[in-house]
Amino acid sequence: MDFRDSPAEAEFRDRLRAWLAANNPGLPTSSTDDEYWARQAEWHTALYDAGFFGLSWPARFGGHDLPAVFDVILDDELAAAGAPPRPSLGYLVQGISTHGSNAIQERFLPGLISGRERWCQGFSEPDAGSDLASLRTTATRDGDEYVIDGHKIWTSYSDVADWCLLLARTDAGSAGGGAASPHERVPKHKGLSAFAVPMQQPGIEQRPLRMINGITNEFGQVLFDGARVSAANMIGEPGEGWRLAMTIVSHEREPGELGYVARYAKTVRQLEENVCADPSAFRRDQCEAVSWAYVQTEMLRLHVCRRLSERLDGVDHGPGGSIDKLLMTWVEQSVGSAALAVSGARAVTDGDDEALKVYLYSRAQSVMGGTSQIQKNIVATRILGLPTV
Amino acid sequence: MDTRDTPEQAELRRAARQLASRLGPATVADLADETRAKRLAVAVRDAGWLELRDVGQEGPPLAGGVEVAIVADALGAAVGDVAFAGPVLARDLARRAGATAMEGSVVGFSSPLRDAALVTGAVTASPIFGVDAGDGIVAALVLVPDAEGFRLAQVRGERTGGPTTATDVTRNVRVIPAGTPVHAIAGQTRRLTRDDLAQWSALGLAVTSADLVGVMRGVLDVTVAYASERRQFGVPVGSFQAVQHLLADAHCLMEGSLSVALHASWSVDNRSPDDACEAGRIAKAYCARAARTVCETAVQVHGGIGNTWDCVVHVYLRRALLSSQWFGDDAAQLAELQELRLGATRGLS
Repeated sequence: MDFRDSPAEAEFRDRLRAWLAANNPGLPTSSTDDEYWARQAEWHTALYDAGFFGLSWPARFGGHDLPAVFDVILDDELAAAGAPPRPSLGYLVQGISTHGSNAIQERFLPGLISGRERWCQGFSEPDAGSDLASLRTTATRDGDEYVIDGHKIWTSYSDVADWCLLLARTDAGSAGGGAASPHERVPKHKGLSAFAVPMQQPGIEQRPLRMINGITNEFGQVLFDGARVSAANMIGEPGEGWRLAMTIVSHEREPGELGYVARYAKTVRQLEENVCADPSAFRRDQCEAVSWAYVQTEMLRLHVCRRLSERLDGVDHGPGGSIDKLLMTWVEQSVGSAALAVSGARAVTDGDDEALKVYLYSRAQSVMGGTSQIQKNIVATRILGLPTV
Repeated sequence: MDTRDTPEQAELRRAARQLASRLGPATVADLADETRAKRLAVAVRDAGWLELRDVGQEGPPLAGGVEVAIVADALGAAVGDVAFAGPVLARDLARRAGATAMEGSVVGFSSPLRDAALVTGAVTASPIFGVDAGDGIVAALVLVPDAEGFRLAQVRGERTGGPTTATDVTRNVRVIPAGTPVHAIAGQTRRLTRDDLAQWSALGLAVTSADLVGVMRGVLDVTVAYASERRQFGVPVGSFQAVQHLLADAHCLMEGSLSVALHASWSVDNRSPDDACEAGRIAKAYCARAARTVCETAVQVHGGIGNTWDCVVHVYLRRALLSSQWFGDDAAQLAELQELRLGATRGLS
């Protein structure tokens, strides 16, 4: 057991720290400002071009073939510099690498990793949230193409995306699709396939959603009405969509894949600085909320160290991602609560208060990527082995 | 950076868990089985675990904080009714002073069990608590401040017969009353410094955190098994989402606790005394809060039977209460962290 940097890790840390000192773009906190998303692409390509992104991914696709623990160093240093967190797209990389053919990987991974091509994820629908397998968007074969019809929601950054990793029903006989009688239906999660759908085309309508903290550049709905995608853009085999979706959501639940530790640590540092500037202006309960958020954030940082170290054994955590997601959610929401506590009355007299926005944004963490209730079902039945009836 | 156990650490973890679960009390009735308890104590002694922090050939201790935490975790999980952390912490402190702690020594604490007792007179001015002492005559090490730092001295408690009155039914807390004579300890080759005490506290925080992680894992195993067997409405109660979600929360708290506790145990010997202490405070704050919730969940999921003396879950809860309080509970650690990081004083309104 050793939490110290190896010589190679220390060298990487020094190089990263020096680069960040000169190249921190000074973006606002991601959760609270539209400007962040407007300039996020720039940040992604800058981080990538300097050699600090995609650390554990294959070099042939633009990564660096490094052990996953290098991401711990990246998150540490981004937080310490007050820089934006790394782009959260590891789960898409995992999904495409696990299920995509060589041709698909070669076509799409380099652009995804470098940030030259931007992606969104089309899974949820208005009537298919936690029950994702009941989704109704269809992909109908038409020559060398599929025609997409349906309605996706909670699609982050769809308005700036070049590609959408879309989950659609290709087997009209499966539940949720066509008019087949019940006894003819294949189980509803079997008729799904995944595609890389080009977003810049007629037949796609964007409807942004305003989040409860007021930001508009993150969330949206996407309507597909006769949009077209080449059959060659199917990721995995026909009917493999559900397995791909499960690969993606299990990684989407891992803080080590998302890099959110840097965001929490940065916010906690800001809160600590606010209090330190004038400790006498804060009550004990406000200070305690900040200290608890610090304890929680350290817990998550160390938990990610442990999880990414376990990957050195090639351990695939499977349902363990649900544990990490729940821990991450508690951390984000205690950081949000601390921000609200420190802000005090300002949070109710000024609707633009930064801390208020951090707090409001934190409420989404127990829903996005699978609700806390779904994660608890998974932990209880698949990890603890509790009975189902 | 590689936080996995070394092969030696993994082997120790396996051996300690196996020994503790074989000889620890599986039921409340087992607590009265003196033959079993004696075999556990002999096994822990013969394994050499009480000597982990004794001086090695080169000067540093024989084993690191990680190894001590591995054994503490295993004993916590099995609610092992054997003195371990108490003697090891006494021997660690004695080693730092260049002395040897006599057999059966523990460190004496002032109320509320946060800090090692400071003594200035010929007799003690207030009660001193010997935590995790064995059954014999307790010799509690205390700190005597002087111009150069701290010397070690000791106070002796009487053997107390009859049933224990301690809250934790697996480990003793011996009270040595005020007015007890303070004896010098001969042969100390150096004064203890603030750094020595900080490192020693870091070990105490790490070991009590590891014990709490073990307690959480042990009580969860018992509770998941119970929820899978106990039937109401014709089905196991563990099939109800309301129960499943309580247990899922508890399992996550245990996993997060393990991550902070491992780091605290590694920090003891590998970081500066102040950094090691802060790592210990973070771990203790998290583990103490988590263990309280996890043990309360275990009582709740056991229902009525969980509120009876004969159900083993209160043994875990009682052990968690002592391990939380010892070296300071979550509230104490948060107050320390506020002082360290926010410049907030303890007297703040």
